[in-house]
Amino acid sequence: MTHDSFGASEDVIAEFEQVNNVKVVVLKSGDAGSTLNKAILSKNAPLADVLYGVDNTFLGRALAADILEPYASPALADIPDRFRLDPQNRMLPVDYGHVMINYDKAFLQEKGLKPPASLRELTEPQWKGMLAVENPATSSPGLAFLLATIAAFPEGSAYDWRQFWKDLRANDVHISPDWSDAYYTQFSGSSGKGPRPLVVSYATSPAAEVFFSEGKLSEPPTGNVEGTAFEQIEFVGILKGTKNRDLAEKWVDFMLSKRFQQDIPLQMFVYPVLPAAEWPDVFVKFGQPPAQAFALSPEQIDQGRERWIEEWTRIVLK
Amino acid sequence: MKNAELRIEKGRFLNSQFSILDSMLVLPALLFFAVFFAWPLVEIAGVSFTPSQVSRGATPMVVLRDPAYVGVLWFSLWQAALSTVLTLMAGTPIAFAFARYRFAGQRMWRALAVVPFVMPTVVVAAAFSALLGPRGAINAALQALFDLDRPPIQLFGTLPMILLAHVFYNVAVVIRLVGGFLSAFNPSIEEAAAGLGAGRWQVIRYVSLPMALPSIGAAAALTFLFTFTSFGVVLILGGARFATLEVEIYRQTSQLLRLDVATSLAIVQMIVTLMVSWASARLEARASVPLEARPAGDIRKRPATPAARALVIGSLGFIVVVLIAPLATLLFRSLNLEGGHPLRYYAALSENVRGSLFFVPPQMAIRNSLAFALVTAALSMLMGLPLAYAIARDADAQRSESRRTRLRHARLLEVLLLLPLGTSAVTLGLGFLVAFDRPPLDLRTSVVLLPVAHTLIALPFVVRAVLPAIRSFDPRLREAARGLGASPLQALRYVDLPLLAPPFAAAAIFAFTVSLGEFGASLLIARPEYPTMPVVIYRFLGQPGALNYGQALAMSSLLMLVTAVSASVIERVNERAGR
Repeated sequence: MTHDSFGASEDVIAEFEQVNNVKVVVLKSGDAGSTLNKAILSKNAPLADVLYGVDNTFLGRALAADILEPYASPALADIPDRFRLDPQNRMLPVDYGHVMINYDKAFLQEKGLKPPASLRELTEPQWKGMLAVENPATSSPGLAFLLATIAAFPEGSAYDWRQFWKDLRANDVHISPDWSDAYYTQFSGSSGKGPRPLVVSYATSPAAEVFFSEGKLSEPPTGNVEGTAFEQIEFVGILKGTKNRDLAEKWVDFMLSKRFQQDIPLQMFVYPVLPAAEWPDVFVKFGQPPAQAFALSPEQIDQGRERWIEEWTRIVLK
Repeated sequence: MKNAELRIEKGRFLNSQFSILDSMLVLPALLFFAVFFAWPLVEIAGVSFTPSQVSRGATPMVVLRDPAYVGVLWFSLWQAALSTVLTLMAGTPIAFAFARYRFAGQRMWRALAVVPFVMPTVVVAAAFSALLGPRGAINAALQALFDLDRPPIQLFGTLPMILLAHVFYNVAVVIRLVGGFLSAFNPSIEEAAAGLGAGRWQVIRYVSLPMALPSIGAAAALTFLFTFTSFGVVLILGGARFATLEVEIYRQTSQLLRLDVATSLAIVQMIVTLMVSWASARLEARASVPLEARPAGDIRKRPATPAARALVIGSLGFIVVVLIAPLATLLFRSLNLEGGHPLRYYAALSENVRGSLFFVPPQMAIRNSLAFALVTAALSMLMGLPLAYAIARDADAQRSESRRTRLRHARLLEVLLLLPLGTSAVTLGLGFLVAFDRPPLDLRTSVVLLPVAHTLIALPFVVRAVLPAIRSFDPRLREAARGLGASPLQALRYVDLPLLAPPFAAAAIFAFTVSLGEFGASLLIARPEYPTMPVVIYRFLGQPGALNYGQALAMSSLLMLVTAVSASVIERVNERAGR
């Protein structure tokens, strides 16, 4: 059971099926939030054996719902501690990525602008009407970006996130319901050729632009704006009540193995958590993670999310 | 000529000997609604209103005391009313033009007019943006022409944009329903009125409009409910500042997991739906008059007068500018114009470049979509037509005192029927999840849930599309056939079917296209083996890069083609059957 963005190579999955003599059935269940909701609502009769795709912004809710069985996979030994956010190993890290602002190189060059140096700079007049973000109430990257701004302008500081969003609103920020609309309809750097040169997307989007250009591009048409990133870590866990605990464990081990981890970048455009996994060329050249990223703990996120989204809605939309 | 005078002809539709038959007619549909609609809703309401992690005591009464939600309800209502009025204003004249006049390529035009109905909103948003957006073709042209600094048309994120998109999506409902109805009946009464000296406007005001009123009422009810529960259009084209109840339900569910609030809002939405449905059922029953069936052969005339020509040209002009122009920009953008073969993105649809497990060959997506649409159309016609006959018959018995109770059942059925159209897809989807989780109905991952979900929407549509025509159909024709020894089925085959072919075609086409374009249910019901065309489009739009975007638009163009071809094939088959 996973969100819609899950991807894998046919032969990689076939290998697991052959070795274990099973058929893997993937249930794509909507966006990350919807998938977790479905897992929670089907707690009494789980739809699947394994749940993948819960990220650190939803980790707290998943753990609190008590829908997962702990599994201390031996494969965890090779994975850096900073990714292991659940000490009880109910949710194990698989991959990570960064939500951050992309900019349209050609557009900025034509206007004689340099990419913004910080989040704060986005509230300045030269960026008026230039940024598209996703609504945190309906979009996972939207929520991640809101969290980045809360980490950057904490509550209680002289200039807090509320003030920042008020200023962004005054600077004519565009709110899209989801990533597809923001990236393809609003963003000028994508094939959709929208009106705005800045968009909240992923650190790997410029690399994906090169990869999906079929050799037409040797350089990405877009770049990442440093200092705007929020790190998302995605987890896998065994659903409580599974009738195939053995196989579920094997699947979790498999997701953390080098074979699967190396398949991750070009299928899902995120980074494998296994340091030994090799990255494809296009990632090495154009898909490097940002130097610095904002972070909040899963507990902070879980406690604040509902209130933050409500407040954000009032500040930006009402 | 007035309504009352037309009503004189009204005879008894059928006598009372059919009560057992009636129950048999409605039973399959009733059972279907009980199992796949009522039960999941009861189950999800149970979960939503039991205190737990997902529920903190909100009820419909509580949410209605919160001014924020009342504001959302109010906005949902008035934008839907406005959208419905605009859609009727645009669609009714076009329906008249199609029903009364004959012109070149008529079937093609009619097939094109339903294409918007199936298009995924995110793709339509891209089309409108390419045309009307700040960097769109029209703004670019105006800026170049008048040397302007800023794009003169700023529609995105405004109410007019929402209304325009609602007209774009729903005008086909009016064209088909009203047009189908009008083509089933004899226009000689209009000619008679003209012959008696009525002016053109008098004919329209006192004959044509009253005659078409039941179908206009049905089209209005459907359009109102579609726009009242509008999700994608408001979310994407309206920008984030507008929200309908449906949008708010999604918000409360997906990110906040407040099922108590979400289900409360869903209940409010259903109550409004019932009220609208009741009002429209009353209007339709009152307005329906028995009309003379059309004579054999083509009842359409060449548009000979200047006014007729203006109507036809205006109608086609509207279809070209409002419906086809945005779709054409998609077609244009699906071509690869920057080096390489222009049809590159279409070719790429058949290549699994990354060896992905989730690769879907285009012919498979088309096949899945067509298969689901066929099953949906068959299910909803098979259950919907008998249901429509039973309702029409029962309601007609209203003047016979002894059958008061049964009449109430029929009216109740007619009113309840529209409920699925006003039910939140999010809520119902979660209802499926909690209701069908144990044998004998462990259907959560079963492939049958998809056509079932589509049929829930298509079935009300079918009944409402054919009901006005069945009601107005002069029963003496059928009775004459029965008197001459025809069985009820023979009477249906040789009397009703040939004469009512146009509204039946409209019903079948909509049942089919509802399924072709439906995405909400495909999203809520996980079935990886059978991805449909809209699912594939959304998958491509989920990743960045020129190839993904190009393939999404290529698949969208194929969806348009499949829709237009299917619509004209259904119409042709129906015409054959009607002969």
